[in-house]
Amino acid sequence: MSEKSIDRRTLMISAGLTTMAGISAAASGKSAGWMERLLKRRFVELSDARREEILAELEETCRKKFGRDDITVTDTPAMDGVEFAYGLDLSRCVGCRRCVYACVHENNQSRDPQIHWIRVLEMKKEHGIDLAESNIYYDPEEVPEPDSFYVPVACQQCRKPACTKVCPVKATWQEPDGIVVIDSDWCIGCRCCMSACPYGARHFNWTEPTIATDEINPDTHVFGNRPRPKGVVEKCTFCIQRTRKGRYPACVEICPVGARKFGNLLDEAGEMRYLMREKRVFVLKEELNTRPRFYYFYAT
Amino acid sequence: MEKPRDPAASETDSEKLLPGSSSLAVLLIVFVTISMLVLFSIVRGGVGVVAEGEGGKVAFGPADVEGVDFDAGLIPGTEEASSDPDGGSFLVPAPPWSESGYFPCTECHADMDVNPERRELVEMHDDIELNHGPSDRWCLDCHNPDDRDVLRLVNGTQIPFEESYLLCGQCHGTIFRDWRQGIHGRRQGYWNGGKSYLLCAHCHDPHAPAFHTIEPLPPPVRPQYLAQAAPEEIEEIEEAPHE
Repeated sequence: MSEKSIDRRTLMISAGLTTMAGISAAASGKSAGWMERLLKRRFVELSDARREEILAELEETCRKKFGRDDITVTDTPAMDGVEFAYGLDLSRCVGCRRCVYACVHENNQSRDPQIHWIRVLEMKKEHGIDLAESNIYYDPEEVPEPDSFYVPVACQQCRKPACTKVCPVKATWQEPDGIVVIDSDWCIGCRCCMSACPYGARHFNWTEPTIATDEINPDTHVFGNRPRPKGVVEKCTFCIQRTRKGRYPACVEICPVGARKFGNLLDEAGEMRYLMREKRVFVLKEELNTRPRFYYFYAT
Repeated sequence: MEKPRDPAASETDSEKLLPGSSSLAVLLIVFVTISMLVLFSIVRGGVGVVAEGEGGKVAFGPADVEGVDFDAGLIPGTEEASSDPDGGSFLVPAPPWSESGYFPCTECHADMDVNPERRELVEMHDDIELNHGPSDRWCLDCHNPDDRDVLRLVNGTQIPFEESYLLCGQCHGTIFRDWRQGIHGRRQGYWNGGKSYLLCAHCHDPHAPAFHTIEPLPPPVRPQYLAQAAPEEIEEIEEAPHE
């Protein structure tokens, strides 16, 4: 009991000190140096040299694990003035699942046990969008079936993501370009984020993931398609290793009917802004106020 | 004076207190039925049983998929276009010809008389099935009668096959606008730079433009069949002592 009250008092004192320091710094306009000394900053940012070193270590680990010396691990940062958004035309999607497998191929998901980041929900036209009645295991000879439509769902890259809030170790966060990433070295596998996500977009490596050596995509990003170990959560990152270099995500390029759209939301003349201006877009589970960056629409 | 006991009355009393043989039989039937159902479901695998012929029992990967090229690169030239400072330009692959060797059309048509009659084609082009809009549509609505190597807009402008989107855009104006903005059709390349579009005719057969159904790739494996994916490892986990 007494310990707790002391804790609280210490906290209050330090909070007060921080506020005072902030106010005085703003008032005097002094450089941040003395303020940092006053606050006794305990965290040091990684130096560029150390960052390179860590990436090289990760690269070496991956290369050893898969016996391939062409695997690269990059940490391409977010571009300035870029916020990614995604559009999906439900009146075009035929539910062929090309995107699902292109994603697996691009992002080094485990083949065994199987992990798919994209799930294509089959829905009946007579019921409209009804998540509870949807079916992801449909397997007819040919698609689309006349009475059905298809809603592919992956990470919605929310502006207010529930998953990052619940992470007890801050292993997942939102990047400046809007991509929600996971640091799989930091993830403890508690799966709180999986239960927080209303879209079922996060997936857990229950056992050691297996990928054949020749099926590895060697071009990886540290928070993206870098091969994950057992016991961590993974998710769609808008193909961070591609999109940060300007490329379209793999699912956009594979889609045979061109239902998938991708672009920079801050680019006035870009395709995403045109889409949001001209089409009637909607998001999944709007009532939860997660504010996804993934927009569905029905083009005419 | 003592009343003699009525045997019939006592019988009804006992029937009221204890269940008769008929109700016992009913209970027995109910019990047997329930236990049979339970046994049956246990034998079949319990909850989550999947009917014969349903998908999701086997895990497939991209390597098992035939007929889809996941490694298909960009069309040559897309990379170079990405460095174009003013943007706006994009690549379109060559138009899809119905059969190789057909083009140039004038090889045959230069010496032929123009026959605008609607008729059944017998010797050539008999593979073309015309199913596009109004029933009075015919070849020369789009193909140029005087020079078959180009197409003709309704205003008489002759356009090459590479610009066939202008022809389609005459009727499909809203779709043409969406296509130019990148909202209709498949794009590849760079979201912030050079990209390739496809012509309308790459996806829609101009003679019969409705989309054909295609075979879907296999469904994801169901959770109850996931265990079969890595049996050794699951055994290993089950055998490991709990801490």
